[in-house]
Amino acid sequence: MEEDGSLTGDRGPSQRNEPSFCENQPLGSAGISSHEHLVQDHNALVTAELPGIDAKDLDISVIGDAMTLSGHREADVLKEGESYHRQERGSGSFARTVRLPFRIEADKVSAKYERGILQITLPRAEEDKPKKIQIKSK
Amino acid sequence: MANTDVEKREAQSPSGTERTRSRRVYSPRVDIYEAKDAIMLVADMPGVDEKTVDITLEKNVLTITGAVEPDALEGYQLAYNEYGTGDYQRSFTVSDEIDRDRIMATVKNGVLRLTLPKSEKVKAKKITVRAE
Repeated sequence: MEEDGSLTGDRGPSQRNEPSFCENQPLGSAGISSHEHLVQDHNALVTAELPGIDAKDLDISVIGDAMTLSGHREADVLKEGESYHRQERGSGSFARTVRLPFRIEADKVSAKYERGILQITLPRAEEDKPKKIQIKSK
Repeated sequence: MANTDVEKREAQSPSGTERTRSRRVYSPRVDIYEAKDAIMLVADMPGVDEKTVDITLEKNVLTITGAVEPDALEGYQLAYNEYGTGDYQRSFTVSDEIDRDRIMATVKNGVLRLTLPKSEKVKAKKITVRAE
């Protein structure tokens, strides 16, 4: 089975043990769990579980082959006379940078946020796509 | 590990029982706080919406469950992953003072909010004694 065949188009199989994406810092401080990447031939898809965040509090930026996702989640503010029985959910800011094995077409990045899950589609830059060379024969 | 505390926790099933579906089940993280007239429960359940979340109160056990259907992403292959996708389940025992008929629940952006109103104190009944 070609586990990551489309990904390794420009990388040798010897590098397979290493994740193709670098993790700069955990998404963790906000107690918000993490992400996964999926790849297609010329697209990468990053999904992240980010429950309870306003879409306007999420920020996605793309430079070259790196995509940075950042945001914050507000904690519930308790009113006078209210007290916690338990508090397990996190709040605060988080940031995460994901490096892809190709350059990203920044203008064509799209994202949707549904049911607390963010899905970012990162298309490969046109000039970064492999060119097929026609061979002429006489 | 730096991010151990943000990892999803798998739910414990009562000993000796198994679920019929062989899906992973996670225990959602919750905040529970008490106000003057209600107990509020907030649970992080990314992937559920109002149609797939289920709340039951049987005797004094409150159970929240959520079903998550994995997105079918055709043509994509998983390259890297940090979280599992599965259902949610968690149970709490609640005191008898909850007014069962007025429990309210909302789901927004994968967060379940449950309001468990406290029942009005059992009103002291006055018994009138009639003279025969």
